[in-house]
Amino acid sequence: MFHVHHALFSSLETRTLNPPSNSRCSFWESLMIQKRVVSALLMREILTRYGRHNIGFLWLFAEPMMFTLGVTILWNLMKHHSPDNISVTAFVLTGYSTVLLWRNMPARCVGAMQPNFSLLYHRQVIPFDVFVSRIVLEGAGATISLVILSIGFCGFGLVDPPEDYLKVIAGWLLLAWFAASLSFFIGAFSERSELIDKFWHPITYLILPLSGSMFMVDPLPPAAQEMALLMPTVSCIELFREGYLGMGHRWHYDIPYVVVFNLVLMFFGLAEVRNMSRNLSLD
Amino acid sequence: MIELNNMTKRYPVHGGERTILDRINLKIQRGQKIGILGRNGAGKSTLVRLISGADRLFSGSIHRGMSVSWPLAFAGSFQGSLTGLDNLRFICRIYNTSFDDKVDFVKDFSELGRYLHEPVKTYSSGMCARLAFALSMVIEFDCYLMDEVIAVGDDRFRQRCQVELFEKRRDRAMIMVSHDPGFIKAHCDSAVVLLRGRLHPFDTIEEGFQFYQAHSSEQ
Repeated sequence: MFHVHHALFSSLETRTLNPPSNSRCSFWESLMIQKRVVSALLMREILTRYGRHNIGFLWLFAEPMMFTLGVTILWNLMKHHSPDNISVTAFVLTGYSTVLLWRNMPARCVGAMQPNFSLLYHRQVIPFDVFVSRIVLEGAGATISLVILSIGFCGFGLVDPPEDYLKVIAGWLLLAWFAASLSFFIGAFSERSELIDKFWHPITYLILPLSGSMFMVDPLPPAAQEMALLMPTVSCIELFREGYLGMGHRWHYDIPYVVVFNLVLMFFGLAEVRNMSRNLSLD
Repeated sequence: MIELNNMTKRYPVHGGERTILDRINLKIQRGQKIGILGRNGAGKSTLVRLISGADRLFSGSIHRGMSVSWPLAFAGSFQGSLTGLDNLRFICRIYNTSFDDKVDFVKDFSELGRYLHEPVKTYSSGMCARLAFALSMVIEFDCYLMDEVIAVGDDRFRQRCQVELFEKRRDRAMIMVSHDPGFIKAHCDSAVVLLRGRLHPFDTIEEGFQFYQAHSSEQ
């Protein structure tokens, strides 16, 4: 990914830093600059968003945790039914955590450049870094929230520990990859059209029932199963749930499809970021 | 040396594109001090932004053979909810330099005292400018860019800026935009005039000003 970025963004100008170099940055140097800038942006973002008051940066995962916890309690109180005799708590935990992952990353990237334009006066900061820092932050928040809730729920015996950690991690990472690619695209595109800002929230609400977070593929009729799997998030979540909830159920996923889908989406996402970087004009 | 080759900048405007800078060539040597003259809207700030790397070229190229600063005392990239020290920390991080040994200098120079621990949004514009100038002096560059900045703070502060910049860093290259002819005359050794998108270089300030005044009534 970084190599793509390196080739994409360093084409017109050398991305050098103090002290100067007459030659182009090597790939390794670029990577080190990138790492430094992204981590500086991360710290800046954390302080800006959560400040030093009350629990400070702990809000990073306290916020998504509250969300998942709230929905879990609500579903239990309302005696909601989850499919295939899976416990409501386990189904909601594995469902809402994934919602937070794929929904929050793009949402934080919409309009991300506006407040950060002036950072571009520091030549080593490029729009790509701004998006990466926000994606990493949201991803970390959703992941930490999942881990803490899992430990808590398992500790109290509300949920059985995951059966296959490898599948849990693979499903989660595939979903994160999808979300990150989508974030690049949506984030960069939102600089081109303000309509994204207006429509993105309603769109995510409409996608939510289709995402696979709130249903299982197996109980659907075969035709509907095929349709459902066209949505890449469905495969990711089914794989994730297979690892978490186990072999007692039948799960359906098409991983090669997701990988191809993600690759294409990431390509368009990065292309759009590059396109946006070129067309930037500061006041 | 910094070298601008056939640099062109266009901006999208209502119903088309406007060429702000048209095939500009310029060489800036180490230690050289260049004043940019031109009317409002002639593209002076655009030129500074392009050299700084904050803005992208339409065509042509820039070669930076020495390190180039961000526009001096530029306060725009402060994050209002962060403290002065947080903003210093951010600068130190992205420029890969240590933070602890810079605090005293910034405290001293900006005269902000305990305000450095307060969010920047609580600062007055003068305080902001003092912090911005202090941060600009934390990182060393071979070439400093200035876009109308020295007129900040009171006389005493301006005096100290002069010392930091034009005495302690007198060996560095500087590219400056100012509406104050006296300022340009005092600090530059050559001048360029921007007129209708083209750049006209002059070896002496006097020639530059003569040309500028002769054409200043033209649009």
